[in-house]
Amino acid sequence: MSTSSAFNDEKGGSSSAGEPEYGHDPASGGIFSSDYKRHDDLKEMLDSNKDSLKLEAMKRIVAMIARGKNASDLFPAVVKNVACKNIEVKKLVYVYLVRYAEEQQDLALLSISTFQRGLKDPNQLIRASALRVLSSIRVTIIVPIMMLAIKEAASDMSPYVRKTAAHAIPKLYSLDPEQKDQLIEVIEKLLADKTTLVAGSVVMAFEEVCPERIDLIHKNYRKLCNLLIDVEEWGQVVIINMLTRYARTQFLNPNINESLLEEGGEKAFYGSDDDDDDDDDDDDEEKKAEAAALAKRKPYVMDPDHRLLLRNTKPLLQSRNAAVVMAVAQLYFHLAPKAEVGVIAKALVRLMRSHSEVQYVVLQNVATMTIKRRGMFEPYLKSFYIRSTDPTQIKILKLEVLTNLANETNISTILREFQTYIKSMDKDFVAATIQAIGRCATNIGEVRDTCLNGLVQLLSNRDELVVAESVVVIKKLLQMQPEQHSDIIKHMAKLTDNIQVPMARASILWLIGEYCEHVPKIAPDVLRKMAKTFTNEEDIVKLQIINLAAKLYLTNSKQTKLLTQYVLNLAKYDQNYDIRDRARFIRQLIVPTDKSGALSKYAKKLFLALKPAPVLESPFKDRDHFQLGSLSHLLNAKAGGYQELPDWPESAPDPSVRNVEVPEWTKCTSRKERKEKKVEKPFYSDSEGESGPTESADSESDSGSGSQSGSEESGSGSESEESEEESESEEEEEEEEDEEEERAKKKKKVDKSKPKKPESAESDQSSGEEQKRIRKGGKDRRSGTESESEDESESESSESESESEEESESDTDIKKKKKTAASKPPPKQTKKESKKETKEMSLLDLDDFEPTPSPQVTPVNSFLSNSLVTDLEGLSLTDTVLAPTTIAPSSSVRLYELLHRITGEGLAVEYCFSRQPFSPDPHMVAVQIQFTNNTTSEAKSLHIEEPKLQSGMRIKEFPEIEVLPAGESVNVVMGIDFCDSTQAANFQLCTHIRKFFVSIQPPVGELMTPAFLTENEFKKEQETLLHGQLMGMNEISEKLTLGEKCQSEHVIVERVTSTANLSRVPCGSDKESRFAGKTVSSGSLVLVTVTRKDGAGALLTVNCEKMVIGTMLVKDILQALTQ
Amino acid sequence: MIHSLFLINNAGDIFLEKHWKSVISRSVCDYFFEAQDKAGEPDNVSPVIRTPHHYLINIYREKIFFVSVIQTEVPPLFVIEFLHRVAEMFQDYFGECSEVAIKDNVVIVYELLEEMLDNGFPLATESNILKELIKPPTILRSMVNTITGSSNVGETLPTGQLSTIPWRRAGVKYTNNEAYFDVVEEIDAILDKSGTTVFAEIQGVIDACVKLSGMPDLTLSFMNPRLLDDVSFHPCVRFKRWESERVLSFIPPDGNFRLMSYHVNAQNLVAIPVYVRQNINFFETGSSGRVDITVGPKQTMGKTVENVIVTIHMPKVVLSANLTATQGTYTYDPVTKILVWDIGKLNQQKLPNLKGSLSLQSGAPKPEENPSLNIDLKIQQLAISGLKVNRLDMYVEKYKPFKGVKYVTKAGKFQVLTVPSHV
Repeated sequence: MSTSSAFNDEKGGSSSAGEPEYGHDPASGGIFSSDYKRHDDLKEMLDSNKDSLKLEAMKRIVAMIARGKNASDLFPAVVKNVACKNIEVKKLVYVYLVRYAEEQQDLALLSISTFQRGLKDPNQLIRASALRVLSSIRVTIIVPIMMLAIKEAASDMSPYVRKTAAHAIPKLYSLDPEQKDQLIEVIEKLLADKTTLVAGSVVMAFEEVCPERIDLIHKNYRKLCNLLIDVEEWGQVVIINMLTRYARTQFLNPNINESLLEEGGEKAFYGSDDDDDDDDDDDDEEKKAEAAALAKRKPYVMDPDHRLLLRNTKPLLQSRNAAVVMAVAQLYFHLAPKAEVGVIAKALVRLMRSHSEVQYVVLQNVATMTIKRRGMFEPYLKSFYIRSTDPTQIKILKLEVLTNLANETNISTILREFQTYIKSMDKDFVAATIQAIGRCATNIGEVRDTCLNGLVQLLSNRDELVVAESVVVIKKLLQMQPEQHSDIIKHMAKLTDNIQVPMARASILWLIGEYCEHVPKIAPDVLRKMAKTFTNEEDIVKLQIINLAAKLYLTNSKQTKLLTQYVLNLAKYDQNYDIRDRARFIRQLIVPTDKSGALSKYAKKLFLALKPAPVLESPFKDRDHFQLGSLSHLLNAKAGGYQELPDWPESAPDPSVRNVEVPEWTKCTSRKERKEKKVEKPFYSDSEGESGPTESADSESDSGSGSQSGSEESGSGSESEESEEESESEEEEEEEEDEEEERAKKKKKVDKSKPKKPESAESDQSSGEEQKRIRKGGKDRRSGTESESEDESESESSESESESEEESESDTDIKKKKKTAASKPPPKQTKKESKKETKEMSLLDLDDFEPTPSPQVTPVNSFLSNSLVTDLEGLSLTDTVLAPTTIAPSSSVRLYELLHRITGEGLAVEYCFSRQPFSPDPHMVAVQIQFTNNTTSEAKSLHIEEPKLQSGMRIKEFPEIEVLPAGESVNVVMGIDFCDSTQAANFQLCTHIRKFFVSIQPPVGELMTPAFLTENEFKKEQETLLHGQLMGMNEISEKLTLGEKCQSEHVIVERVTSTANLSRVPCGSDKESRFAGKTVSSGSLVLVTVTRKDGAGALLTVNCEKMVIGTMLVKDILQALTQ
Repeated sequence: MIHSLFLINNAGDIFLEKHWKSVISRSVCDYFFEAQDKAGEPDNVSPVIRTPHHYLINIYREKIFFVSVIQTEVPPLFVIEFLHRVAEMFQDYFGECSEVAIKDNVVIVYELLEEMLDNGFPLATESNILKELIKPPTILRSMVNTITGSSNVGETLPTGQLSTIPWRRAGVKYTNNEAYFDVVEEIDAILDKSGTTVFAEIQGVIDACVKLSGMPDLTLSFMNPRLLDDVSFHPCVRFKRWESERVLSFIPPDGNFRLMSYHVNAQNLVAIPVYVRQNINFFETGSSGRVDITVGPKQTMGKTVENVIVTIHMPKVVLSANLTATQGTYTYDPVTKILVWDIGKLNQQKLPNLKGSLSLQSGAPKPEENPSLNIDLKIQQLAISGLKVNRLDMYVEKYKPFKGVKYVTKAGKFQVLTVPSHV
């Protein structure tokens, strides 16, 4: 093995070689032939019928690949096994394919059909892995196939497959950048995905394919912020980094006003070390700030979305993953108000305990941060003390940080610490320490003399490197105040005899030349010595000797004329052209001849001009123009694919772009109202936009806390719920403050006192006052009542009213609720059951709030609801729902009798259509069944038997109820696929002693689920249906006279939605009301329009492919509206 | 993101390569070898190396360099953290992360790497998801597999993959339900010659071994949570609950995991369990030096200090040591110049002492630097910060688990200077 691996090293694992490798094999022929033989073995094994042999062969082949050996000649033998049933063989074949397909494109094509089949497999893992491999095969010819597969997978019902689709996008993009536009469409669609699983991957794809399309983020911004905490670690990093950039383009600089005050303070600290550029920048900033301040004279108010981002990322500072912590830290550094940035220091200091590689990166970033915000790390000064066991690169970075942190108060401690470092055995580190001392000395005037003395002492150090480094640093320090230090210069002049390090010698010579007036006697002597050794010096020293000679010639030509001539002559014949050139140039300049031009007059000015003192500054200065934590920042150079961190905008772009479509928004008339709305609007809409299902999870466990079932779903539910709850309370506090700023306090207080719709908005992002009131109300109520599952829809209904109505609405709402609560089974139902129900509710909502309803809501495509169901299987249920468009279905839930108390011998059974998606099968209608045991004895093992169904109809029975104690009732949910017909489902209801024949017949309105369309989509779909591009046209119109109580829009909406499970579609005209839904079973669209004419006249239009459904629906709605 | 990965041993052999995108020739590692030569010590190899066309981000662990090839901008910590995760996964699967273990299990390693990254972006990094996809090797399983031809690879998507709690799999069942927590604290300290604390802090971790059936929801509370200065959590811990109530509420992963790490900073609160009296002198004449070290217990809250080891990095000129230890044994390695004195248990009555002379290279000047002492120690059943677990409650599941908490204190970077400090 060792020989062959050595051979591999040499080969460099070059896989590009299509021809057999053996020819190049420098190793012995023996190995070559045995290799060859073994390949034959492998081929035989691969051709065999036994999976175990195949597996063994594949394992060996993969081992070859892992060692970088070429196994490409086995391609035909391997690719045959792509359809192998054994999953491990298959996987290994995939590994092989991905590795070699690029080289053997033609053969690779043989495998494509297998993957295409795999893409249709019922097992999501197989679908996903087929897509993975298909998209990993870098064969250009299959680009269209990949594109198709990705598009399809993007609407797969399994979030895992959708995630894989997101991963496949960058793969396809790198293979064929021309697909960009189409891929952006897919990205846009996946960005709207609600699941945490997909979020990280799609943002990754976004960053790779179209990072410039920041507009795609608007609608998803709040959702991403809210999902963040539940996204897996790696996704968090990518999302946070992207959101940092986004925020930089969308929000105002939170420090814009402070910069006036603080910049002054900063300056005092920095004192002289700010160079000119920097001053300019500051000035500019100041001017800008001043201008802004003048223009506004208004305190800066942070955009609530900006605040949302800061708030939601902060807990992640506690992540165990260093990359996440760093991502949050850079976000705070770039986006947070100065006063808040401090929170990241502690977390970053913590990372310093981690692996040395992590330390290295963190220290680099801390070094940059300490320049801008020193105060933040000052309390942690000691954490940056250096240990003798630290690797040198870490030591040097720590030194950098310590130097940046040095100020008047801590400098003495730091310098003493430095003193111990100088004794270290690590010479590179010692040199760095000396430089650090030099920097401290330049930055802090008070200690300059102390440092200088210390450094001078080092000149007598035994180690030449130490001395040399000191000389270089002293030179720089002396330049600041040469007059006072002729002693030191003299002392250094003596060192020229001993110091051999070129840089140090050059520094000394430069110093003497520059300040030769201070050491008039020594300088010529030094030149004399140097002239003697000139030929043996390093180039850098030679150049300085020439300089010294020139300067002395100009100031003291009497003593040095000959020496200078001598040096220049030597230099004239030097090997190095730089030195020859310099000598020639200087000779012309300083030695007056006939030919010498006008310049020589100015020689003195040229050579002895006052030179500005060097600025010793941190190499990390201004590195923060790179996004911190990035590779580019670390390298201080732009890496490929780096996205610039934009500057803050002058004025904030329209914040409403992040609002997610709201159908009816209050038309504010009075000024005051408008003002308020401005503040509220973003709050509001965000809760609408991304609300996820958590809320209901929340409510659910409120009612049944502590007794969740052990199922996984409930586990996840309860988890998110809890975090939700907490976030809520925290948020509330914060918001309170916000609101105070917004001067809306009074109003709030008044509102708070009124109990409001509970439940409606608990999502993290929802923060408007309105929401808050609601929440407050909700909390109050929660303590009192327990069952809240219906409340949500309640609030939804009122939400859809205009705001002005809301106040009065709320009261009626409560009444209504009481009513429903009364009509509903008592809260003591099985908890499990009620939970399930609420979860389904949340699902529904999730569906509701697809912010941009995807155009795929075509009759054939029911992926939406599918995906939702799978989402439920364990997705983050972080968000909450506020449903402006849905109209309370449950307020009008009608109970039907399945089994009368008397016929059932004491067992009464009622059922209703709960209008929630049935999670195990989206094609089924959920039927909620309530059993009440009116007898005095227990009823046992309630279950369903012998369903007699029309062809195509299916039933999903409820789990058997083992015991129903006397006097109790219990609720269960079963699913029935009615196949979009109103045929009854017949079955037997059994107890442990009796069987009852029962049947459930659905009203036509219950056979559909709401579909969420925008006005335009509605129109488009209606067009499509009319023109029969799909299966046949169908429109049924009926004129009607509205019933007496049925004149207002509100009532119409209520009546229609209670008759049929439809959702409201926004509509521009107030004469028209539109509704949309899909049939549960086949997903055909159902579109309903009610147009009011003058008086009580109205026109009802129903569009539906299914003629029977359409006709029946018209009949039902007509009846409802004319009553 | 991550383009390729090369595993390189100390001898410079590339013993494994894996590419997630197109193949990158292993000659790219030459840049790494160059940097390695320049750095000398493996520790000093820069974690990020720039080459004309790629960036190499590498970590060094268990004598293996994990070198990843990057082509475009990516947060370096992202890659570093991931590479460490890979190393931990090997550890988890094979019991050790070593060249031998990787070579022996090369197929599993390859399958793991395949699952962990897709197109260079992390896909599944949770140990229990991976273990459902690819079963860890055991002797029994490999035997059964050879006979029956069944595979090591899961056929269905691990349930955790889809849930918000990817760290736990569904359907966990144990006959004995138990949850153990180890509170392990390390003291990082610098003491000066006189024994004054220059710097001290405590780094603690709570490692858990939870074997509970179903989906238990645990709550762990402390007697004195205010002690904790800074904390970081396993993703299972609910941040908000900690913020508001200072309790750890979580649905635990199955098996071993690190629940949290914390930091106690209040310097005055850090009890230093031992004191060291030491004298290390080098004489100007005669090329010799003297050593005299005594270690004794201090602030140990009545517990015994065990496994005490003193390590000294001697200056280069020290050729050999001629010492006597009243307890334990000492060794001096003249190549690495490291003196190790393994004391063992500290005895209150008779304090261990190490005394004797050092011989220096003749003619060499007296060494300038003063070596510092690194102390290693262990105290069982004590968390030096005083942190105490108050109670562990379990919700959701009905059974009664067996619970246990263990405390250990160790020395972390515990250094004693041989020069008087300035503080």
